[in-house]
Amino acid sequence: MACYLTTGKHMSIYWSVLTVLLLLGITAPTALAFGFAGASATRSRIAPVSWLGRGYIAVVRGVPDIAFFLFFVIALDQVIEATRHHVLCPDWVEPIRQGSDFVVCQAAKMPLGNAPQWVHESYGFAIAVFTFAIVFGAFAANVIQGAMAAVPRGQIETGESYGMTSRQTFWRILVPQMWVYALPGLSNLWMVLIKATPLLFLLGIQDIVYWARELGGIKTSRFTDYPHGDWRMWYFLALLVFYLIFTRVSEITLERLMTRLTRGQVTTAGEAQRKAGTT
Amino acid sequence: MNACLQTIADYGLRAIGIGKRLLPREDFTLCEQFTLIGSGMIWNVYFGVLALIAGFGFATFLALGKASNIKTVRKPSEWFIFLFRGSPLFIQFFFGYFLFLKLKTVFPIFAPFTAAWLGALVVLFFNTSAYTAEIFYGALRSIPKGEIESADAYGLSGWSRFKRVIWPTMLRLAWPAYTNEAIFLFHATTLVFFSGFPAWQQRGDALYYASYFADKTFNPFIPYPILAGYFILLTLCVIGLFSIVNRRLNRHLPANTRQRLRIRPNLIR
Repeated sequence: MACYLTTGKHMSIYWSVLTVLLLLGITAPTALAFGFAGASATRSRIAPVSWLGRGYIAVVRGVPDIAFFLFFVIALDQVIEATRHHVLCPDWVEPIRQGSDFVVCQAAKMPLGNAPQWVHESYGFAIAVFTFAIVFGAFAANVIQGAMAAVPRGQIETGESYGMTSRQTFWRILVPQMWVYALPGLSNLWMVLIKATPLLFLLGIQDIVYWARELGGIKTSRFTDYPHGDWRMWYFLALLVFYLIFTRVSEITLERLMTRLTRGQVTTAGEAQRKAGTT
Repeated sequence: MNACLQTIADYGLRAIGIGKRLLPREDFTLCEQFTLIGSGMIWNVYFGVLALIAGFGFATFLALGKASNIKTVRKPSEWFIFLFRGSPLFIQFFFGYFLFLKLKTVFPIFAPFTAAWLGALVVLFFNTSAYTAEIFYGALRSIPKGEIESADAYGLSGWSRFKRVIWPTMLRLAWPAYTNEAIFLFHATTLVFFSGFPAWQQRGDALYYASYFADKTFNPFIPYPILAGYFILLTLCVIGLFSIVNRRLNRHLPANTRQRLRIRPNLIR
């Protein structure tokens, strides 16, 4: 059993777990940054910037779930290639779309046709991360927007009465205080993000779903030292348990973080904490 | 125009196996894309509506179970809800499919479960039950104490108290969140044919056809927006229906304290 679970192929599934964690690790801050930018944009006094922020949130949230993932990966790839095509091969006269084909010149291929395998893989991964970040950024923007609106007006007025400029009140009062309002929404989002990671499979990444199907499939003794029947069910059961544990751990961690953040805040929970004297 | 009517006649019900057998292979017209993706919506509606109706009943039981004082009732409900809310639906589909495959070899009665129309429906049913149960449980806990006390004062108890006071109030409180869950479920139905369950004779749902066109034409900018348009229409229908019910549930309240439906569609579960 121990030998079976450490074959070369099994190592790939363990690595793909790391891929998932890496995706989460990169996407979460990026999406947060997108969300923060989006939310700040909606509060802007310059109308076009505000529209841009609102439009971003509305469009991404309005489009149904995985359609967006499937759509965005191809769309992004084509936009990049078309842009490179126009920049790198200006003397190419034929149109890019020829019937059902999408034709760009060799130099505009992304990644280049002769690039090594790992470049292809990491390019695919980067596009996936970007897609995740855009989609979840819109959701995060929505949460942060709500949180910014939830900071009591009096807090900002206090800042203004001290003679702070609007930029100063934004960075020194609004931003530090909004996190406690944003955290429930953001932690919810984190849960959704964890549960969205298997969709990497749809984006053509060799992630845990891919390997679970691959490894669980029927193996005959001709190709492997460990022949077995159709074990895919057990592999997916393992994935199920993995995700359950992952969500549970996140839940507990986020709960603790929430308690930590509520300390000294002007919310009901903060009041309750102060009264209970558990600070 | 006539060509388009012909296309609708050919492919309008393609998703349930009526009409032309072969999908269009080249020279895709806009009409073909609209028709086929639209016919795929039949499956999305089918999965969504049935899972929602069946899930509603089961979720009520689960919510009551989770709120129960009896440990042997509470624990299974809690575990069921945790199991289906804590793991990705995508993995649940895969697991369900392979589980049914395995069961089929032992008990032939499970054969229909390996097809999407039943197997995926079962998974969706469990999944939506768990999410809905959590919503109902939350509502159950926030029923105003006064309402239950006045029910007691009127001498209502047991079943009649539940039927006349607790259940309607629970529904009323849960309704806005439940509306979101319904929208969410319809969006989740697009996952079915991407998760193990085979699309037999290319009878797939809307996303299946949309990605078929996107693959064939290398042009995602047409089929996916069509799909999005259909889903926005579907979502509007769901919101319309649910707000009628919402109005009925809130009809006894003074107009200014009524709960408004706040539509916050969420992403993948």
